[in-house]
Amino acid sequence: MQAQHTSTTVEVIIRQATARTSRVGQISVGLTMTAVVIIVVMLAVILFNVVYHGAGIIGWDFLSSPPEDGMESGGIFPAIFGTVALVILMVIAVVPIGVLTAVYLQEYTSPDSKVMRLIRIAISNLAGVPSIVFGLFGLGFFIGFVGSGIDSMFFDSARPVWGQPAIIWAALTLSILTLPVVIISTEEALRTIPVELREASYALGATKLQTVVRVIIPQALPGILTGSILAVSRGAGEVAPIMFTGAAYYLPYLPSKLNDQFMELGYHIYVMATQSPDVEKTKPILYGTVLVLLALTFMLNFVAIMVRSRMRRARAHAR
Amino acid sequence: MDHWEFKPKSRVREFLGEKLISTCALSALIVVLLIFVFIFKESLPIFTDNFIKEEASFDKMVFQQEYYEDKPAKWSWQPNSDIPKYSLLPLFIGTLKAALVAMLFATPLAVGAAIYTSEFAPTKLKEFIKPVIELLAGIPSVVLGFFALIVLATIVQNALGLTFRLNALTAGIALGLAVIPIVFTVAEDSLSTVPVSLRDAASALGANRWQVSLTMVLPAAIPGISAGLVLGFGRAIGETMIVLMASGNAAVISASLTDSVRTFSATIAAELAEVVFGSAHYNVLFFIGSLLFIFTFLTNLGGDIVLDRLKVRFQGKRE
Repeated sequence: MQAQHTSTTVEVIIRQATARTSRVGQISVGLTMTAVVIIVVMLAVILFNVVYHGAGIIGWDFLSSPPEDGMESGGIFPAIFGTVALVILMVIAVVPIGVLTAVYLQEYTSPDSKVMRLIRIAISNLAGVPSIVFGLFGLGFFIGFVGSGIDSMFFDSARPVWGQPAIIWAALTLSILTLPVVIISTEEALRTIPVELREASYALGATKLQTVVRVIIPQALPGILTGSILAVSRGAGEVAPIMFTGAAYYLPYLPSKLNDQFMELGYHIYVMATQSPDVEKTKPILYGTVLVLLALTFMLNFVAIMVRSRMRRARAHAR
Repeated sequence: MDHWEFKPKSRVREFLGEKLISTCALSALIVVLLIFVFIFKESLPIFTDNFIKEEASFDKMVFQQEYYEDKPAKWSWQPNSDIPKYSLLPLFIGTLKAALVAMLFATPLAVGAAIYTSEFAPTKLKEFIKPVIELLAGIPSVVLGFFALIVLATIVQNALGLTFRLNALTAGIALGLAVIPIVFTVAEDSLSTVPVSLRDAASALGANRWQVSLTMVLPAAIPGISAGLVLGFGRAIGETMIVLMASGNAAVISASLTDSVRTFSATIAAELAEVVFGSAHYNVLFFIGSLLFIFTFLTNLGGDIVLDRLKVRFQGKRE
């Protein structure tokens, strides 16, 4: 009788405890799911808002003509041209250096060496430096030091030739900002290359450099491509680093030399949104520009994600 | 492949190739050092140059100043007035206010979504949530700033019945959108790297699925989640375009979140273009840049160390 009573009490306690934890469980599932829903909804609202207001103006005229009437009408061609030129210069600077850095880290050093640790700390901190600090650095180093240095050595005109904001300095500033992106993607690709490939190459009598150039780097191309695309997407959206290093409010001509200034999509958005005398009038063009920039960065990100997931799947297959 | 034979020349090529690769690898390190050197070099005159010190010394940036004889001493940031005033306190408070709003907004959403994604979501849903967050991370900050300025500011103003459109709250919410992907990614990563053996042990002791998640996995991942929050806070402090466009940029000292704020980063972005090269104002802006650089350097280093230790604890190895 006594034992019977005890066991029912225990059962009740267990049942209560289970009910309580399952309620806690349900509540926690509900709350965390709400967080996901809120994030998804916010993203959807932003995208819908931009597409809804921006899609109407997009057309050949808008994409191919320059701004008119103090940016209240016309198109954004110079900004598109400037952005493309900027990221091409940036890629030329950042990809070789980023890839070779990754090759060095993966192929030439052991993971525990001091140099390796130092370089890793540098890369991860570079990735976290605020973009405005890159702008300051570009101004102080590229324009104030390198550019002015070239001027005082090779030119003696009163007006600066290289020691002024220019597309080359903006591109170099951005290439420093995107260096970690390229390094990290390339490293991921290098890690997926089976060690047997390297051994086979050595067995055929190839040297280390030959192995790297003819076996390793070709194998890592998808990763290098992913990194480059992500870098372009990141670089195309950054405004703070180029504000002082080369971007211009408005230019009646397209940049044709490395030391020309240029117009850029992101900076154009900033200028129109904050400096326009009549925001209501510029709004359609503003929304159109935002849509173009968003479409550009999303398309690039999408391609990068596809290339990367295909690469990861191939690796999973190989194992 | 006859040119693969060993020739004396290839040893030279081998040596040069390796030197080229290792030089590139050092570039990341060199660039970080250069940023360090150039940002600090340009802010040094505040401490060394007597002429500059008269206008903007360390004391003048930190302590209360009596600018006019008949008015009480105060802290103010008015670098372009007759008597230039360089107190950093209003900017410091502004930066902190915007970043705190961002963290209060982003933390529950990002951590909640990370818990849901890692612990409760079915695989299919997981494969939907992660790209959505990547999409959010891919939005350029100038677009978030634009959205805050044009859309969010109106919503916040109408909801709270405010006189002015731009304030710390609006900027902070938009800043939160930029912080969410960082916190989410790091938090989700640390939750899903909690070893399966820990989960299995808890299950074997009779814990149900929710108990495993909430009493076993979550506490184990707390250091990683905190590291994510620290990294997110670093981003919130350094982010420029969003606050530049949506905060109103008035350097006032107040505790109210619905007052306009001027942050460190936005101050640099707004004032550097008009400043005279080498003036006190120029040096003070670089000094602010140094502060941002040091702060984000520390948050990144701290976050990385915590994550590194967590990895060692969970996997018993360093990658």
